[in-house]
Parts: sequence; C-alpha cells; structure tokens
Amino acid sequence: MSENGYKSGSNLEKVLKAGHFAFTGECGPPKGANVAHLKEKMEPLRGMVDAINVTDNQTAVVRMSSKAASCLMVQAGLEPNFQMVCRDRNRIAMQSDILGASALGIRNMLCLSGDHQSFGNHPESKNVFDIDSMQLIALVKKMRDEGRFLNDEEIDEPPKLFIGAASNPFGDPVDFRVYRLANKIDAGADFIQTQCIYNMPRFREFIKRAVDMGLTEKTYILAGVTPMKSAGMAKYMARSVPGMDVPADLIKRIEGAGKGKMAEEGIKFAIEQIQEFKEMKGVAGVHLMAIEWEHKVPEIAERAGMLPRPKVD
Amino acid sequence: MIIADRKPLQEIQEMIKPYDKVMLVGCKGCVTVCNAGGLKEVQILASTLRIARKKEGRPLVVEERMLERQCDPEYIEQLRDSYDQYDAVLSMACGVGPQFLSEAYPSQRFFPTVNTKFMGGAVQHGIWEERCAGCGTCIIHHFDGMCPIARCSKSLQHGPCGGSAGGLCEVSKEIVCIWDLIVRKKIEQGRLDDLRKYWAAKDWRTARDGGPRKSIREELVK
Ligand code: SF4
Ligand code: SF4
Repeated sequence: MSENGYKSGSNLEKVLKAGHFAFTGECGPPKGANVAHLKEKMEPLRGMVDAINVTDNQTAVVRMSSKAASCLMVQAGLEPNFQMVCRDRNRIAMQSDILGASALGIRNMLCLSGDHQSFGNHPESKNVFDIDSMQLIALVKKMRDEGRFLNDEEIDEPPKLFIGAASNPFGDPVDFRVYRLANKIDAGADFIQTQCIYNMPRFREFIKRAVDMGLTEKTYILAGVTPMKSAGMAKYMARSVPGMDVPADLIKRIEGAGKGKMAEEGIKFAIEQIQEFKEMKGVAGVHLMAIEWEHKVPEIAERAGMLPRPKVD
Repeated sequence: MIIADRKPLQEIQEMIKPYDKVMLVGCKGCVTVCNAGGLKEVQILASTLRIARKKEGRPLVVEERMLERQCDPEYIEQLRDSYDQYDAVLSMACGVGPQFLSEAYPSQRFFPTVNTKFMGGAVQHGIWEERCAGCGTCIIHHFDGMCPIARCSKSLQHGPCGGSAGGLCEVSKEIVCIWDLIVRKKIEQGRLDDLRKYWAAKDWRTARDGGPRKSIREELVK
C-alpha cells in the first residue's frame, strides 16, 4: 500500500474510501488523432463525475488508444479510468502499458476481457487473449502490491493503480454471476462497474446475493446506467447486445412517451434508477455510460442530485 | 481427427491453369473420414476438372491416386516411380500431405486442394466441430472434459464472459458458449466450488506460440 493507506491515491479511491456515493462517467476516444474531438467529449464531464472511463477500442473498433486518451485527460486535469482489454495485447504489452499508464499519472484501471474482434471493423484480425480478465486483475495487483512482474522479476517502481473489473449481473448462466464477481474480488478488484442495468428487480436480487455473501464489504460496486435515447435504441439493445436484459415494459414506457419525448423519458428512468441506487444496500456508486451523449451528463448529474462532487484530500 | 474442407473449384482450377497433365492424390486418413479428400472426393474432383477443361477445349489428364496416409514417408515413397510424369501433383490430404510430398520430391510442384481447419469430430452426419487446439498442456479435466482453450472464442480460463447469452457465444448464434456448458455441468453435479479456483496464466510455450513443435519418442528413435 502506498502513502496515506491508499492503493493508488486516485480521486475515485479517495471518494469511495471516504464513504461518498461515487459517480463515474465514460468517454470513447475518437476515431482519429483528433485531440479537439476528445476534449469536446470529455469537457462536459468536468466536475460532474469522480473519474471517466476511457474505453479500449470498444466493440473492437479502432480508436485512439485508451492509454493516450487517458494521458490527455490527466494533462487536462481530469481523472481517467483507463480500460484495458485482453483481446489485443499479450502479457508483455500489457505489463508494459500498465507501467506506462502509471508513469503517465493514470491511477485507475479497469480490466476487461474485451468484445471479440468479430464485432468490430477489423474482423480479420488475430485474437490474442494470452491471459483473461481474471488473470489481468491478478496481474495488476501483483505488480502493484508485490512489486513483481508476472514472471516474479522485481519491478523497480511498482505501478500505482486502483483496480477495477466489470460484472454483468444479467449474463448467463445467471446463477453463476455472483460467484464470478466473487472470483474477481478475490483476484484483486478494488471496485466493480456493472453492465448497464435496465431490469431493476433482477439487479436487486443480484446485489442482495452479493451483500449476503459479504462481497460488498470487500469491494465497491458501481451500478451501470445508460440512458435510453429512444425506443429504437431500447429495442436494439434488447435484441442485439449479448448479455443485455431490457424488459418489455421499459421499452413500452419509452415508446409511450411519444415522438420527441422519448429521450426525456429515458433520462427520467435513468434518474429514478440513480436515486434508487443511492439508497440500495451494497451499491457504492453509479457508473453512467452516456454513449455519444456526454453533453447530457451535467443535466443528468444535476437532476439526479449528484452535484456537487465531493472533494477528498 | 483433422478436419478439412475442399477448396472452391475455381481456386483449384486457377492453380493448375498452366498444366495439362496432373496427378491427384487422396489420403485414406482423416480426410477420408471427414469426406474432404478420400477416394470418392478424388474421383469427383478429378472428373469435374476434366469436364471443365474439356469444355474449354484444353483437355486435362488427371491421374487418380490414393495413399494410405500422406503424413508418413513410408507411403509417400509409393509415388517415387510416377511423380515426375506429371506437370504438377495435387494433394487432397490435410496441410501435412503436400508438405511431406514436396520434401520427398523437391523437383515437383505440389498444390493443396483442401483447406485444413481444425482437430475435432463429427457431431452429426455431415457436421464436424472443433474440440482441441493442440495447446500441448491438456487441462480439460479441470473443466469436466470440456476445453475452454479450443472452444471458447476467447480461450478464457475463467469464463463465461459477459457476452454469454442463452447458452450461445457472443460471437455467433452458431457457436455454443462452452463456458455455459461447463458452469451448468458443475452446478448440476454440485461442484460449483471448482469454479471458485484461480488458474494461473497459461504457459503457451507448449502451444504453437513456442515455435514449430516436435515430438521425440527416444525409445523409437534408431
Ligand atoms: S486443453 Fe489443450 S490439449 Fe487439451 S483439448 Fe484443449 S487445446 Fe487440446
Ligand atoms: S460467450 Fe462464452 S464462448 Fe463466447 S467468448 Fe464468452 S465465454 Fe467464451
């Protein structure tokens, strides 16, 4: 553990350790070297969230690297949550990027398997998956806490990273999901960000099991929220996104709002969710993924009563 | 066994365009069993090639041959007397065949007529599925006899990933999520605790990643 008892000393870690209800956002780097475009997406999040996830070639579509975009955030005085997937790098590149990220001042890292390359714009590529997300979590922990590489060689200055992992409460087989979460915590996940939640009854059940198993004492769980922009988006997610559970009555509700009012209805639902999560035992925060809707984050944060964000020193 | 598919006819025709007299060599091993390069497939391909070329007005002589196996020098030797009587030799064996042939007969030209795909077996008549990726360190006993290396699209040792839905893999509705099967079986048999174990990163040196592999059985080496 580093100075002050913090593992990385990231803002997110401080906010969570101080017992505040955390609020994280998300930003997909641009499909180009366009820094201005990245700034356009990240600036609306300034002061609205405790950390910003920077996606790693999400859905296997090539974008500016998550490490570079995270670094640009650090330089702009924002806090990134650097995402890394197992699809594109072997253990050599991963460890090198972990050191690089820490050297660049990045203090949070989210460890993911990554969408298969067949989803993206280079389906012809080779997939790497040298190690999986569980092993990546354990790897970052080993590097940080033991100061050793995977091969046990000593690291001269270990990386300082607050380790995150993902959990999909709605993936199949459902009965196993809470155990998979437990495995990730055992491997070293300091915090968890869940898949977008739409089915609240199912999520309540999931979090109750996590609480009963004592998991929420060992990690911080941030509930995933993505506001629906339209009934079309809701239907698409229900139909085409693997591992996503969008209940029919939610689709009906968005549709029922009528033309021009669906986005507002989607935001209303997201706000209701956030308000419920704030009161929900075992939930330590919300991860808001407003995909290509970053400029709406201030409004959602405001209306959900998430402002101002706490400052912890 | 090794599963292969016949290459598209056009690709084969293109390969042998310059030639008028070829030998087509099938194999009685795996490709016979998976109906890609056995006697029947040799006969069909040979006559298809002949007919097509006849129509073009450039008749093609195709000599049909079958070898016991093309992955064994002993059988490859059987072509010693005839191989050089043809402009080219086409192999219907897996990728090993044309390579063993060209090693034995360096002056001849050999062409593959199948695409060699994977190690697996027939799950129903006419359908074959992959089962093993030849990683060189078998671990399937940890997963109730199901291989996550070959059968999970991401070779996850700790699955299933978040994309598993309804027993199917996120990659395609044609792919079963092997992790779904592993977990269900463990739950069924009351061995869910097995899945709370952590598996260290795999050592891929025994797989293709360590470079081309060799197997030496000392007691058999003269
Ligand atoms: S673990 Fe390795 S050797 Fe065993 S079946 Fe899977 S790929 Fe083949
Ligand atoms: S859905 Fe299942 S088979 Fe496909 S990558 Fe995920 S765990 Fe592997």
